[in-house]
Amino acid sequence: MSHSAPGLHYLNHDKGFKSWALSLDHKRIGVMYMVAVSLAFLAGGILAILVRLELLGPGETIMGPDAYNQSFTLHAVLMIFAFIIPAIPAVMGNFVLPIQLGAKDVAFPRLNLASFYIYLIGAAIAMTALVNGRIDGGWTFYAPYSTSIGNGILFVTAGVFVMGFSSILTGLNFIVTVHKMRAPGLTWNRLPLFIWSIYATSIVQVLATPVIGITVLLLFLEKALSIGIFDPALGGDPVLFQHFFWFYSHPAVYIMILPAFGVISDLMGTFSRHQVSGYKFVALSSVAIAFLGFLVWGHHMFVSGQSAVSSIVFSLITYLIGIPTGVKVINWVQTMYKGSVQLKSPMLYAIMFLFTFSIGGFTGIMLGVLAIDVHLHDTYFVVAHFHYVMMGGNVIAALGGLHYWWPKIFGKMYNEFLAKIAAALVFIGFNVTFFPQFILGAQGMPRRYYDYLPQYESLHALSTYGSWILAAGLFLIAGYLIASLISGKKAGLNPWGALTLEWTHTTTPPDHHNFHDTPVVTRGAYDFHLAGHLFQNGGEVSELDLGGDGAANTPDEAPVPHEPAH
Amino acid sequence: MANPHTNQPAHVKHYFVSSEQQFDAAKMGMWLFLVTEILLFSGMFVAYTIYRSWHPETWTALSTALDWKLGGLNTIVLLASSFTVAMGINQIQRGNQKGLLINLVLTFVFAGMFLVVKYFEYSAKFEHGLFPGAAFDPHGVSHGFDYATYNVPYGPQFFSIYFVMTGIHGFHVLVGMGLFAWITVKALKGRFSAEYYTPVENCGLYWHLVDIIWIFLFPLLYLI
Repeated sequence: MSHSAPGLHYLNHDKGFKSWALSLDHKRIGVMYMVAVSLAFLAGGILAILVRLELLGPGETIMGPDAYNQSFTLHAVLMIFAFIIPAIPAVMGNFVLPIQLGAKDVAFPRLNLASFYIYLIGAAIAMTALVNGRIDGGWTFYAPYSTSIGNGILFVTAGVFVMGFSSILTGLNFIVTVHKMRAPGLTWNRLPLFIWSIYATSIVQVLATPVIGITVLLLFLEKALSIGIFDPALGGDPVLFQHFFWFYSHPAVYIMILPAFGVISDLMGTFSRHQVSGYKFVALSSVAIAFLGFLVWGHHMFVSGQSAVSSIVFSLITYLIGIPTGVKVINWVQTMYKGSVQLKSPMLYAIMFLFTFSIGGFTGIMLGVLAIDVHLHDTYFVVAHFHYVMMGGNVIAALGGLHYWWPKIFGKMYNEFLAKIAAALVFIGFNVTFFPQFILGAQGMPRRYYDYLPQYESLHALSTYGSWILAAGLFLIAGYLIASLISGKKAGLNPWGALTLEWTHTTTPPDHHNFHDTPVVTRGAYDFHLAGHLFQNGGEVSELDLGGDGAANTPDEAPVPHEPAH
Repeated sequence: MANPHTNQPAHVKHYFVSSEQQFDAAKMGMWLFLVTEILLFSGMFVAYTIYRSWHPETWTALSTALDWKLGGLNTIVLLASSFTVAMGINQIQRGNQKGLLINLVLTFVFAGMFLVVKYFEYSAKFEHGLFPGAAFDPHGVSHGFDYATYNVPYGPQFFSIYFVMTGIHGFHVLVGMGLFAWITVKALKGRFSAEYYTPVENCGLYWHLVDIIWIFLFPLLYLI
């Protein structure tokens, strides 16, 4: 067996700016994405705080109506395209997926690096819309309004087109990696559920994103050349734009939530120290959701004038999607019930997810009911619904995954006590911000409105106070995570006692090449019933042979220096 | 020229265990990319279908503005280019470098011919004011035919769809020419062999897709 020199891993084996900027290592690319999407989240989050600050009272609070419209539009464009869609796949998928598969990298590392730069360029182009004309009216940029207010739309559409390429190429990379580069013995039924969900996400990315590509391209041409495909004044059809737009944007929300489901599955398995209940159902439900997600776009268009028959069909299929989703939630609860739950900070986020995502999901089904949607469409009820699924779903799961994999990625432990405080702040802040918005919407408060009637003031104020608590929690997280890099305790090989390959077969942080010898897999990803048999010494759970004696690692064995093989 | 650490041929990257695995992965990746291209064009095909179903007479009338002979010539040119790229792959599978080079150059030339014909088609349209959307202004008489008869409601939409579809397709032909230029240079340097010709295979796949899309565009726009 060969090893690198001790203490050498992917973070320090090569130094210098170019070794990062031109790195083909999926782990380094994942870390670079982490920095980039965190900046996008910060920018989008600051805009959110400003929007909520403006809504603290009726009339003008800190900005005029024009600035307000542009703020909420840019908030959404950044959060959706520059943060949520790339985040879990490009950060955690990139870092963890090849290792969980027993591979040394993704199938196309150069394409992976290209995806990262394409993302940066696309985000930069979209941001120039701030200074080149204006974008307002929401991230859905419905034609003909969006093409009639100046040149900002040209930059936003170009930016979204370019970012879409990054999404497609990442998805393509992951699909090929999962199909072609699994370690010997790693059958589909032994895959971690995180992989299943990234796989399903990647399928949606590859199939759906080209449609937003052609949509924004047509919108670009509509503005630049007045081709008259969406603008009724020129003979075009504005509802056609809505169909085109939502045909991607509905599957896009499954791109957002499926990776989150995958993170939760891995967290539930590890922190319940139990096989994830209903593994096959949970795995296949990801694929079912991915498929059904293409059939429901019309539920965003119930009041657009489309036929009653198509509305009924879209409504029915929307109900159907609730079934595989509910199957997952029930299985996660069952996993905890049968298991031995450890309430570490990643698990706190997973449990939080069950609550907040379920509320988001239920309210989504509610909005799928035609008679209800007619009243709630374009109200704050919708705003609350999608924040509960996107933030209460994706962001909460992403935070859980971040806390879970942080020791593996950086080799440092963060302050667990502060982590628990921050989790509480995030949970309380999130619910205080968004739950009142359900009530506001049911009472008739329209969305995307700069001003409102005095009767809505108290709930709006409550929501704004909640946003401050939420922001405090998020800044606290950033604080102790960054502090851990500087002065955190060194992490052990497998602090959570997980059984997936990234924990049992790599060092912490992982070696540059992940593995020296390809692992041979003989068990499932959550076979905790085998743990006693596999790891007879208790304590640190690792199958690495750091002692060089041909047997799996024991906690007492310090790494013994070896001569580097090459 | 094997890699001493992995005992694999030099062209096999360190994260693959064999040449076959690498080739299979590359082809699968290319097929997935082609699926995304089909979906990109499908948006336009949907727009075509919808507008045609709403204004069938306009569509039929305005498609006479497109010269089916030139379109037919382009169809034959593209089919020929697909044949030559397939022949090129066949040649390199047998290790025949010269055969590969000749066919790559032929493919490149056919692609260029396609774009030249398109140039003539487009300039003929522009001469008579057949622009997309708001710029639509048919005028002028040519061969006894008065272009002003094309000035009907929803006429501009036909030309918007025509120019966007053939424009995006033409862009893909141009990209294809760039790709063939690149692999021709590599072929001249002797980079390909019977053991390794993956880029040629993948460019061939891309080119066949560009060809197939035209096979659909031609009858839909020119013939009906």
